[in-house]
Amino acid sequence: MALVDERVAHGHGEAHHEELGFWQKYVFSQDHKVIGIQYGFTALCFLLFGFSLMMMMRWSIAYPNQPIPLVGKLLKASGGIIVPEFYNQLGAMHGTIMVFLGIVPLAVGAFGNYIVPLQIGAPDMAFPKLNMASYWSYFIGGVIMLSSFFAPGGAAQSGWTSYPPLSDIAPTGQTMWLFGMLFLIISSVLGSMNFLVTIIQLRAPGLTWMRLPFFVWAQFVTSFLLLLAFPALQAAAVLQMMDRLAGTSFFLPSGLVVSGQQLQVAGGGSPLLWQHLFWFLAHPEVYVLILPAFGIVAEVIANNTRKPLWGYRSMVYAVTFLGFMSFIVWAHHMFMTGMGTVMSTFFQTTTMIISIPSVIVLTALLISLWGASIRFTVPMLFALAFLPMFAIGGLTGLPLGLAPADIHLHDTLYVIGHFHYVVAPGTVFAMFAGIYYWFPKVTGRKMSELLGKIHFWPSFLFMNGVFFPMLIQGLAGVQRRLYDGGASYSHAQPVLHWNAFMSGSAWLLGLSQIPFIFNLFWSMKKGEKVGANPWEATTLEWAAAPSPPIAHGNFAEIPTVHRGPYDYSLPGASTDFTPQHQLQEA
Amino acid sequence: MEIPYTVEARPDTGVFNAKLGVWLFLASEVMLFGALFSSYVLLRTGAPAGTWHHGREFLNVPLATLNTIILIASSVTMVMSWASLKLNDFKKYRIYMGLTLLAGVGFLVVKGFEYGHKFEIGLLPKTNTFLAIYFTLTGLHGLHVIGGMILNGYFLGPGSKMFKTQPERFTNRVEVAGLYWHFVDLVWIFLFPTLYLL
Repeated sequence: MALVDERVAHGHGEAHHEELGFWQKYVFSQDHKVIGIQYGFTALCFLLFGFSLMMMMRWSIAYPNQPIPLVGKLLKASGGIIVPEFYNQLGAMHGTIMVFLGIVPLAVGAFGNYIVPLQIGAPDMAFPKLNMASYWSYFIGGVIMLSSFFAPGGAAQSGWTSYPPLSDIAPTGQTMWLFGMLFLIISSVLGSMNFLVTIIQLRAPGLTWMRLPFFVWAQFVTSFLLLLAFPALQAAAVLQMMDRLAGTSFFLPSGLVVSGQQLQVAGGGSPLLWQHLFWFLAHPEVYVLILPAFGIVAEVIANNTRKPLWGYRSMVYAVTFLGFMSFIVWAHHMFMTGMGTVMSTFFQTTTMIISIPSVIVLTALLISLWGASIRFTVPMLFALAFLPMFAIGGLTGLPLGLAPADIHLHDTLYVIGHFHYVVAPGTVFAMFAGIYYWFPKVTGRKMSELLGKIHFWPSFLFMNGVFFPMLIQGLAGVQRRLYDGGASYSHAQPVLHWNAFMSGSAWLLGLSQIPFIFNLFWSMKKGEKVGANPWEATTLEWAAAPSPPIAHGNFAEIPTVHRGPYDYSLPGASTDFTPQHQLQEA
Repeated sequence: MEIPYTVEARPDTGVFNAKLGVWLFLASEVMLFGALFSSYVLLRTGAPAGTWHHGREFLNVPLATLNTIILIASSVTMVMSWASLKLNDFKKYRIYMGLTLLAGVGFLVVKGFEYGHKFEIGLLPKTNTFLAIYFTLTGLHGLHVIGGMILNGYFLGPGSKMFKTQPERFTNRVEVAGLYWHFVDLVWIFLFPTLYLL
């Protein structure tokens, strides 16, 4: 760090670069790189916490009504047993934490913040102060969410979707969930606006739209989705808060009876309204989860195949089209609500259409591998695993998008299996690929390859061990959100034996993350020191020397871009990579 | 290193950073109020025939008309304050900005009377779904007005020091604040007929 600061002071820095104190440098920093690391570290902690909640749930599913070992002592009131009410809290908070506090902040907040300004050759984000505010708003939202476990009646327990009327009459934890969401929404609106302005305004000279790395395109579309879809949930959260705090009945129908007594409210509300508002956000949100993953995988594949991406332009058009389409597919989550066949037909048609761009991207990435001399580095292993895993996730989604098939599959474990295949071995693997790939840029050191492989293979195996049986159980008709995993249903008996297998896989998956955690911290101190461009990559972040790039400025001089993002193995070039800022084909 | 295009426009996009930023922010705000207006439409059209309460049963149209005039006038003074800065007339800027702020206060006072009267006679958000959406929409709009007044107050008071050192940048800031203020005005233009008249 000292070396880096010296460079700023002597090399390029002008008089206005006064020395920043500890708090401004590491805590309330306005440098996009520090904020990116803050986002990344916080999000990884939340991912681990959300995963732990799930490991507890899996105990109850496999061995219902038995005291849970190790952490059981914390549950004094029930003698270590996970009671259904507590299971519901775990489920709701697992989903909320993984989506809103884990994946999105990691994919957008961390990777976007750190990498996008570097890849477009910008000195920082367009609004550094807003960037800081965005992180701290996220942090406060996270603290509120976590503290809701200690509220009377516990944390939110109406699922991550918070469907009313249940959520309207749930204990205080639900109110805290809503407040937490408001902070998270403010954070993401500030953040996404900042990304869009940064990408539109701060591109380096010569960096035209079709020369942008695919990762930047992915973040660009993602930011639009966050900016325009999240306000719908904000509106919904405000309405639900009014229902809970001011006694209105936006989501409460007339004549609702709770515990044998008629609810004393004005009535006349519509529970369906919440579902429309919620899914208007939450379907674009699905693409917020997957697009940055596409971006990372594309970067890693181009770098490790040493070839340009196949069909870069069609990939760009595909994600842009996907961004628009994602706003008109939301009601395919609601086929079972009785909204009518006309609506269902419309939404199943748009849903089939939106699967096309994802297939284009996946196919382009697959064809990019053709005839390449692939370097099987750790990031590449994760990126390669992403392809079939996301394909399973995507293809299992098609039957859910068709109303007749969805009637059978709705609310079963098949749905859980489907979207976890997209997000867990899909997006999370892409996140791992990104961490291994950009770690040298962030720290100046490489992560251990051996530990990385010890992390990858068991993770790959156990991911499938957890999620594939869900598809089998779901096809057999086992519902989701059952604290006993279906033990009390006769139709679930033939597939019940999978529960122990899946839970075992989940715990082993947890153990498989230990090499990663160790590797992350060990490599910061002891990892192999590398230069500014260890992967011999072409995009601009690797032109920012040294690693990590200089604080508040990134580049000693803003580079000029002369070529597209993936000029690998150009005929006649002396090396197999030609960086974007290089003028001659040397 | 300085971040480029904070003051001058980027040639190929034609805007400076904050102007693009505020337009994007307003797009997000359109989605927020759009979602709430849609909820209003859905709840109203979904109500069984004859059960929906109309605004004219409870609301004071003359007072709201007055508020509409006040807000539109404040949009005019907001533009004038920015134009004065463009003409390098700081004194006039302070007068017009002060008037804008005053209009904001006037709007809130009138709104306060309206709210107070309704609470007095027992018309609360929980009374019926029309009043629920009325209080939610106007309350959220009121918060936006307060936000805009804090912003304008800052540019009238401590923030205006910047005019001496970076006049162009300060003028840009007032322009951006003005765009936001016009939006708040526009939301009211939609709220007035849909809540009070229809």
